[in-house]
Amino acid sequence: MRYSAFSILLNGLRGNTAWKPAWRAPKPKPHYDVIIVGGGGHGLATAYYLAKEFGIRNVAVLEKAYIGSGNVGRNTTIIRSNYLLPANNPFYELSLKLWEGLEQDLNFNAMISQRGVLNLFHSDAQRDAYMRRGNAMRLHGVDADLLDRTKVRQMLPFLDFENARFPIHGGLIQRRGGTARHDGVAWGYARGADSMGVDIIQECEVTAIRRENGKVTGVETSKGFIGCSKLAVAVAGNSSQVAAMADMRLPIESHVLQAFVSEGLKPFIDCVVTFGAGHFYVSQSDKGGLVFGGDMDGYNSYAQRGNLSTVEHVIEAGKAMIPALSRVRVLRSWGGIVDMSMDGTPIIDRTHIDNLYLNAGWCYGGFKATPGSGFCFAHLIARNEPHAVTREMRLDRFERGYLVDEKGQGAQPNLH
Amino acid sequence: MASLIPCPHCGQRPREEFTVKGAALVRPAADAGRNAWLDYVYLRDNPRGRYDEHWHHTSGCRRWLVVTRDTATHEIEGARDTAARTETVE
Amino acid sequence: MTSYRLDKGGLIDRSKPLSFTFDGKGMIGVEGDSLASALLANGQMLLGRSFKYHRPRGVISAGASEPNALMTVAQGGRTEPNTRATMQELYEGLVAQSQNRWPSLNIDISSLNSLLSPFLSAGFYYKTFMWPAGLWERLYEPLIRRAAGLGKATYEADPDRYEKCWAHCDLLIVGGGATGLAAALTAGRAGARVILVDENAMIGGGLLSETATIGGVSAVEFAGRTVAELESLPNVQVLSRTTAFGWYDGNVFGAVERVQKHASEPRPEVPVERLWRIVAKQAILAAGAEERPLIFGGNDIPGVMMASAMRAYLNRYGVAPGKSVAVFTTNDSGYTLARDLEKAGLRLVAIVDSRRSGATAGVYEGSARIINGGFVPDAEGGKALSSITILQDGRKEKLAVDSLAMSGGFSPVVHLAYHRGGRPEWSDAEATFVAPEDHKGLSLAGAAAKASGLAGCLEAGARKAEALLGKLEIKADPAAFGAVEGDIVAAPTKPVWIIPGIKGKAFVDFQNDVHHRDIGLAVREGYGHVELAKRYTTNGMATDQGKLSNVNAIGLLAEARGVSPADVGTTTFRPFYTPVSFGALAGTSHGKHFQPVRKSPLHDWAVKNGATFVETGLWYRSAWFPLAGEKTWRESVDREAKNVRRNAGLCDVSMLGKIEITGKDAAEFLDRVYCNAFRKLPVGKARYGLMLREDGFIFDDGTTSRLEDERFFMTTTTAYAAGVMNHLEFCAQALWPELDVRLASVTDQWAQMAIAGPKSRLILQRIVDQDISNEAFPFLGAKDVSLFGGKLSGRLFRISFSGELAYELAVPAGYGEAAADALMEAGNEHGICAYGVEALSVLRIEKGHVTHNEINGTVVPTDLGFGKMVSATKVDFIGKRLLEREGLNDPNRLQLVGVVPLDSGTSFRSGAHVLEKGAEATLENDQGYISSSCYSPHVGSTIGLALVKRGSSRHGEEVQVWNGLLNEFTAARLCHPIFVDPANEKLKG
Repeated sequence: MRYSAFSILLNGLRGNTAWKPAWRAPKPKPHYDVIIVGGGGHGLATAYYLAKEFGIRNVAVLEKAYIGSGNVGRNTTIIRSNYLLPANNPFYELSLKLWEGLEQDLNFNAMISQRGVLNLFHSDAQRDAYMRRGNAMRLHGVDADLLDRTKVRQMLPFLDFENARFPIHGGLIQRRGGTARHDGVAWGYARGADSMGVDIIQECEVTAIRRENGKVTGVETSKGFIGCSKLAVAVAGNSSQVAAMADMRLPIESHVLQAFVSEGLKPFIDCVVTFGAGHFYVSQSDKGGLVFGGDMDGYNSYAQRGNLSTVEHVIEAGKAMIPALSRVRVLRSWGGIVDMSMDGTPIIDRTHIDNLYLNAGWCYGGFKATPGSGFCFAHLIARNEPHAVTREMRLDRFERGYLVDEKGQGAQPNLH
Repeated sequence: MASLIPCPHCGQRPREEFTVKGAALVRPAADAGRNAWLDYVYLRDNPRGRYDEHWHHTSGCRRWLVVTRDTATHEIEGARDTAARTETVE
Repeated sequence: MTSYRLDKGGLIDRSKPLSFTFDGKGMIGVEGDSLASALLANGQMLLGRSFKYHRPRGVISAGASEPNALMTVAQGGRTEPNTRATMQELYEGLVAQSQNRWPSLNIDISSLNSLLSPFLSAGFYYKTFMWPAGLWERLYEPLIRRAAGLGKATYEADPDRYEKCWAHCDLLIVGGGATGLAAALTAGRAGARVILVDENAMIGGGLLSETATIGGVSAVEFAGRTVAELESLPNVQVLSRTTAFGWYDGNVFGAVERVQKHASEPRPEVPVERLWRIVAKQAILAAGAEERPLIFGGNDIPGVMMASAMRAYLNRYGVAPGKSVAVFTTNDSGYTLARDLEKAGLRLVAIVDSRRSGATAGVYEGSARIINGGFVPDAEGGKALSSITILQDGRKEKLAVDSLAMSGGFSPVVHLAYHRGGRPEWSDAEATFVAPEDHKGLSLAGAAAKASGLAGCLEAGARKAEALLGKLEIKADPAAFGAVEGDIVAAPTKPVWIIPGIKGKAFVDFQNDVHHRDIGLAVREGYGHVELAKRYTTNGMATDQGKLSNVNAIGLLAEARGVSPADVGTTTFRPFYTPVSFGALAGTSHGKHFQPVRKSPLHDWAVKNGATFVETGLWYRSAWFPLAGEKTWRESVDREAKNVRRNAGLCDVSMLGKIEITGKDAAEFLDRVYCNAFRKLPVGKARYGLMLREDGFIFDDGTTSRLEDERFFMTTTTAYAAGVMNHLEFCAQALWPELDVRLASVTDQWAQMAIAGPKSRLILQRIVDQDISNEAFPFLGAKDVSLFGGKLSGRLFRISFSGELAYELAVPAGYGEAAADALMEAGNEHGICAYGVEALSVLRIEKGHVTHNEINGTVVPTDLGFGKMVSATKVDFIGKRLLEREGLNDPNRLQLVGVVPLDSGTSFRSGAHVLEKGAEATLENDQGYISSSCYSPHVGSTIGLALVKRGSSRHGEEVQVWNGLLNEFTAARLCHPIFVDPANEKLKG
């Protein structure tokens, strides 16, 4: 059922009783060409592109809870490609390009909104670092602009320009960056994949990976054994747990990252802004809530909830950046479990098991990567070789010493 | 739990006083194989459940502690000074 | 008195009128009023507009769950949007504005949305606004954004103060109703440390709206007496206006106290809100139960409200809900209200009871018409209720009323109990979701735990306190109370999720305009999972977080899916129980006080010498020292740099990290933490050291001096001072506890100054007692010295960041300014100047010295030309093994190199990239980047340090320095990174 203003009109006149399910609720088949573990953004996008770009449609996505129940549904919805390193930048730019045409591609309005992402800087050293980054983006043809203090002030006069502990010197802006309606992304991909024959199987938890002669033959699940020719894992947050089913240890720790939304407000802030003198970034959803976040709690966790000290830490930075937030009220906080990799960069790669593929380690940046990750993971699964833009996102980079460390923090995940 | 950490030297103290580093692992011997070193620096069990990790009482006694904590519930089982190699009752 | 105010009754003081305005219209309330009760008393039923359809809305509750009566309160920097009128205490001069309407509350153009509602069903926006693609940001989204949102926030800064505190107790009690008071009294009398928090101004909860008696006194009086006793106990702290908003690990509760939100003019010395972090050994959640709305057409029309809310307005605030009232109930509790309405002399038109059997025998003895087995499928009216339709046995009847109370049963308020995971479970017997009584550290009691009736709650509270204190080995006797009379104890009845025969819109989530058909649509479209339905319809995502709507939505989902609510389950409970302001959570940390300030012991010296300061981490560092007549910072910096190379300069370097390392194994320890050798460093010598991370990359650098055989003095970079200290402690305590080594951070103990330049020795010798000639104290010397003829001891290091003959002198922090003054005076005749971190930076770039601009966490020693420093002979040091990896030794790595423009009149900046001459500007062609740059007065042009692929072997190559961001493209040449005195002769002279 194609969505359009016309379909809304027609169905509205008929009392909205004729809308069809956005996706089926199929029973698992005994065998699939590809099983994707994880019905989050990356898993669903992978299924979609496998079907659309590579013609592989005998695919199942297995989700232990409901689709979008992981990080795609609990992030701060930011999309951008303002990466520094040549190993990252082309990948995120590919992803952003996919975002730009996604809604028409999916026939689903995920409210992708390119209202800009502005990173503030507060010192010469920070300015130089953003200059380096902005130029790396420009070299790859990615839009980036350096704004001085006056320009930032014209754009966002309500930032603290008068009384700040760390005065704002300027900012780096990517105008093509912005936000998307996170749940809508998962749903759009699910609907798109389903329409091409992909089976999306919810409340189906994988409990074991069955192997014979060094190859995966299928998975044991809460709905019984399901066979497959290729198994692809996209379960960020729980990657180590699923990898352990194949006796793998990963260069990944699971950490909790909190996010927040305020009460609904009339338009307050248009773009995404990140504070450079503390851990805080904010945007405003179309519904009116300020969506914001900051630093991780810092300890390993699978609990999808954090603690008050981090909440205070984030809010303090928020009020330091925008003093007028003082009387705004925070409505809700939640936690997502992020796969923190040891160099802060994701992994899209084959594994030591021939037909087992891994998509993991997205740190706190997985949402923006959703289309690119799905596209490149599908490429890897279908062709058995990495897409050009994920060449350096390999598992063996740690052993070989080719790390991709945007922040230069080394092998301590909670610093990335 | 990571609101309060039971420091063996200072008692229950708020999390803000501490810095967390990560898994409390044993550093390999200098002549251990390359894989032992790669494991130590990069690979993690990342368990869902009981976990030993290094916390530093940065704004307190400045001792490094091994805190045994459940990563699913955040319950803390105990904390000992890292230099106390065996688990002794304080 | 105003039109709806009753002549008597209620906990208000009719003799104390308070004037306030609503949408500019002056009104009068009285002391004790909430904003909502005052508005109702003034006959103001229309209080707001809903989110999507802009439907007229009144007030539906009398407490925290209010979804409709949200307004913007106060003005200027105190403007607070989305304030629940039910929770806002009235004060003299209060200014309230309605929200989400244009041009006015009464005439709101957007209410036309209602006519389009068939096309605005749940999730409609996912299906349209996609064509043409470019119109989303330019047309659709701006329209949607303008239409969405509730109140308007101010852009002004907040004039008021906030603060935070910690509190510790044996027993925390959340909720000061019958249960909480009984628990507090039991625990307080037992001597336990008790904290009782309640979100209302007056402690008492439901007792304050109650007409029953306890031990022969009114419930209100009972509450007053109990609170008075509690407040008399030194071990009990009673916090009113305090909302426990979250339960966190370690049994820490977050609570916010609205200290002055009810004040006309907040006192400046008192915070307006206070954040409490309460560490409780045990806690009782006695938050009561929330009454559920009934889902019928027009259930949102102003005049329809919860039965318990109507009772509160009637009994507590002395406000009549209307002139003719009906009650629609599924259980006995509706009759409590009916009784009180009749007692107050109001016209009770009918009681519609969905139960065919009607009320339990003896519950109601009034004279109102009772319609058993009846329903209200629809209420009618626009901005105020005018009538209701009654359905009984297939017959419909219209009744004219202006007020309707509804009761669909009760759900325990268990929110807080699930902030740390878990979910409540459906109970058919209780007809709601219930929680187990005991969670680790937190127990439920009273109506939150299935107890019903006042007597039941009092007993439950007392018993729970006794039991929990027992766990703490505090003996307590449960407080006993006299008999309760006049209380109607309503037993749970089977819920009626959807009223039969609905014609209009029946709202589930009032604020977000989710109606019953939206829930059905979600199920039809595949969003039937409770979490998907929430996200698709937005049910429960409003500012009340579904306090009134969640359970009803689950009931409707269950019906649509043909399963039990048990199979549907609940969504996740998360903080905050009610929204909390940024101000309260930020406390005193904002503006200039966002972070503490660190000042060097030489700060005042720098001020005296006219320094301009720059923020460096928490430090304020002296950046340059402008002289009269200097117009630009460059003039000052050039002069300072030149003067250092020509004469001498003094620079404050106190903020470098300083660590004292002692013990028998101190040398061995340093040998392990640095990649170069330290064990054989002679006493009296300093050495540059490079510290790696375990992964082989450089962590930090600095000099370490051996002052005695077992005493070393380490300096670190300013940025990494704390990090290095933590790291060394980790090494000493966790990695090698067998080593005898002790560490002390002495950064704050020493004032340290660099005295650099050819005249530095002459100047220093004036205050240093020992001989510091080149022979007596050569390059890299380090020793304790006496100063000013033995008046002061200090430490002198002959080290040089500038490449000149130079020293660093450390003196006890308190003497720093005096020592610096003396040096400046001594140096006067030699032309000494003060120089700041900018000139310091110029001097170091001219010498190719690296800082964290280069040591950025991705470089290894060979990248910076330090390959030979890495010990090949040491058995072990941090980083040794993984430094061997292929990727860390790849010849294509970025390496340190100098850069100069071909034309000295041109320049470039840090952050520009390096491309081969003539190469196209692509990422593939990227050769590296400028890491540091400055204007060098000695070279006479801009110079830079860069990290460039194979840089060390490309000296002399012409390149382009590419800065697309600023449109600056500079032809340049790569060169050796030492621009001045390449043979390093000056520093040894």
